[in-house]
Amino acid sequence: MKLTGAEIVLECLIREGVEVMFGYPGGAILPFYDAMTKYPQIHHVLTRHEQGASHMADGYARATGKVGVAVATSGPGATNLVTGIATAMMDSSPIVCITGQVASPAIGSDAFQEVDVTGVTLPITKHSYLVYDVEDLAYIVREAFHIARTGRPGPVLIDIPKDVQNAVTEFEYPEGEIYLPGYKPPQKASAEGIQAALDLIQKAERPVILAGHGVLMSGATKEVIEFAERTQTPIALTLLGKGGVPESHPMSLGMMGMHGTGYANLAIQNADLLLAFGMRFDDRVTGNLKTYAPDAKKIHIDIDASEIHKNVRADVPIVGDLKTVLNQILPALSAVEHREWLAQIRDWMEDADERDIVHQHVTNKLLAAHVIRDMWAATQGNAIVVTDVGQHQMWEAQYYPHERPHTLITSGGLGTMGFGLPAAIGAAMGLKTNNVWCIAGDGGFQMTMSELATAVQERVPVKIAIVNNGYLGMVRQWQEFFYEERYNATPMITPDFVKLADAYGIPARRITQREDVIPAMEWADSVTDGPVLLEFVVEKHDIVYPMVPAGADLHNMIRRPVPSPDGL
Amino acid sequence: MTNGNANDKQTLVALVENRPGVLNRVASLFRRRNFNIDSLTVGRTENPEISRMTIVVDHDAEKVGNQLSKLVNVIEVQEVTDVPNVSRDLALIKVAVESSQARGEIVQLCDIFRAHIVDAGPDAMIIEITGDEQKISSMVELLRPLGIKELVRTGVVTMTRGDHVLAPDEFQMRSVKRTNGHRASVV
Ligand SMILES: Cc1ncc(C[n+]2csc(CCOP(=O)(O)OP(=O)(O)O)c2C)c(N)n1
Repeated sequence: MKLTGAEIVLECLIREGVEVMFGYPGGAILPFYDAMTKYPQIHHVLTRHEQGASHMADGYARATGKVGVAVATSGPGATNLVTGIATAMMDSSPIVCITGQVASPAIGSDAFQEVDVTGVTLPITKHSYLVYDVEDLAYIVREAFHIARTGRPGPVLIDIPKDVQNAVTEFEYPEGEIYLPGYKPPQKASAEGIQAALDLIQKAERPVILAGHGVLMSGATKEVIEFAERTQTPIALTLLGKGGVPESHPMSLGMMGMHGTGYANLAIQNADLLLAFGMRFDDRVTGNLKTYAPDAKKIHIDIDASEIHKNVRADVPIVGDLKTVLNQILPALSAVEHREWLAQIRDWMEDADERDIVHQHVTNKLLAAHVIRDMWAATQGNAIVVTDVGQHQMWEAQYYPHERPHTLITSGGLGTMGFGLPAAIGAAMGLKTNNVWCIAGDGGFQMTMSELATAVQERVPVKIAIVNNGYLGMVRQWQEFFYEERYNATPMITPDFVKLADAYGIPARRITQREDVIPAMEWADSVTDGPVLLEFVVEKHDIVYPMVPAGADLHNMIRRPVPSPDGL
Repeated sequence: MTNGNANDKQTLVALVENRPGVLNRVASLFRRRNFNIDSLTVGRTENPEISRMTIVVDHDAEKVGNQLSKLVNVIEVQEVTDVPNVSRDLALIKVAVESSQARGEIVQLCDIFRAHIVDAGPDAMIIEITGDEQKISSMVELLRPLGIKELVRTGVVTMTRGDHVLAPDEFQMRSVKRTNGHRASVV
């Protein structure tokens, strides 16, 4: 069958199971857009900005576990994808980006809308291709999907010159194994590694599991719980580890790190063994590395060998797929008790509870934490929550416990403002559910709110909660703590979000009182044929507690003052 | 792991696919990770689809190797610092010839160091010398008083001794036409 390069890409996408792609057309990708008309099986979502496309593909991927696809034209289209690609790279999210490129004879001539996008994205892709010959296309698309979804997943970019999209060749789908001599994602651990880990585990008196994104990525929930129960080991979660094990589990300590729970951080600092399961010791979770978990031996299990010893030296390094490795460990693992250790942690928990904002009496003020806790109550903890970046994101992490994997989608590694709305649209489209809640700050929401139109055009039933504090809240918090309250460039005006929604034909309500939160949520739930927006006008001067200042020791947290007369 | 101290030079050899852009990927990775490269050489191997790099770093070689292994086009990486090996650097040195006495001295030095005079003009000569880094450095130091006008070194290439070979496991030639490397190039 003779096909054009553009048609070959689409044939391959269908074979990869792609049902939807997110993109924006332009000259250099027009042959591909034209060819789409022959392939109605793949639904193309027109975004309002290419950044929206890469975030939507990312949200789709994180929610469904499938590869998300983003499409853009050359030059400015391709560069607009960059933030989304970097976001996906930092959080190991599998996306494939297809970009148009100027015709190959013009490459290097500064042709109209030419940009070396493989060069630009080299440090933020897992791999990338510039296709010179139509004969290579089918292999490249296959390889790209394989690389994106296997091992440590990540973004792959395929840059296709216009003449290659137009070139015609005989198409035969390349069956058989993918041959990539330099690409060998590890699976199993060595017997010695397992034995060394077992030795440390049996000896430990104060162990803590650090559960990261790898728990979700490898589907190791069951194994981690079994491990924790049999060895009576408490589990602290990274932000992206949330949902990896149910937070209602008696062994759960909630989130660790900068805005983690005090008891998780104290447990880590006092531990004699850290079991790092698919996490990478980011500086936001370790604080000062020099004083980090000083008495603890470290067992580090990760699929990416380069994460081992990168930030923290592992006593027992194990490279492999977490689920596979835990299944190697579990049969040899005998039951242990850690009564004293768990009692100690329970004491710390009680102290923290006293300072907990939701347990405090608050007069007349709508606090973001209350909004989030009420959202949790109204959704019975069952929503898929997609957040933006800022204070609201941390309050979400603190006050919305997650019980199942892939129910919190958030930009962790890059901390990308503007991620929330488009990622939520991608997630809701992928899951085909009206149970996706986007929680965004007034700042980040304004970065990508043009995607409201996409949600309307696609009738995506995404529920948007804007937590409006009239500030770039998280930056304001840093200014309050570390810059003597010089609030430079953080107060911000916002449009009337309810009117804005109205302009897009989106039903919306503004909420200013706590008693209206749950009824508003219930109302929003009744809207199922498209997006709905709630604006929560919250206390402006609130602070996310506790906080470990950047670079400080993990146990030196700034705690919420207790008791405080006005509830703040 | 042969960690060594951070100032120790460590040597890695890597087999990479011989395709356009691979050297760029390696260089980009080093820059992004803030690895300092002491020397990096690359050239073809007996297999036209594979190029070989010798990389000398003053950084934890295990970290560098792990990062390198992540690149899809990198087939095999081995740290060889502590493996018995032969390392060679090639230098071309242009020295001033200011007198016949100087000329004599240069010829003598070349003899001792088994270097070759590959160009001779009335005022300058070019000397080609191969050897390990130390040998070249000694030669350079001895020539310096005579007046070095220009000096260029290729960087180190390394091969381990004995019958051990760095070869990819079951590397097969691509059974299909892959033109992605059509601009036949050493990365
Ligand atoms: C693209 C981008 N620019 C800047 C920042 C730095 N930053 C982190 S949090 C934050 C403030 C977010 O404010 P808002 O969206 O209103 O949320 P809030 O903190 O008030 O909940 C800023 C500016 C960022 N994370 N991402």
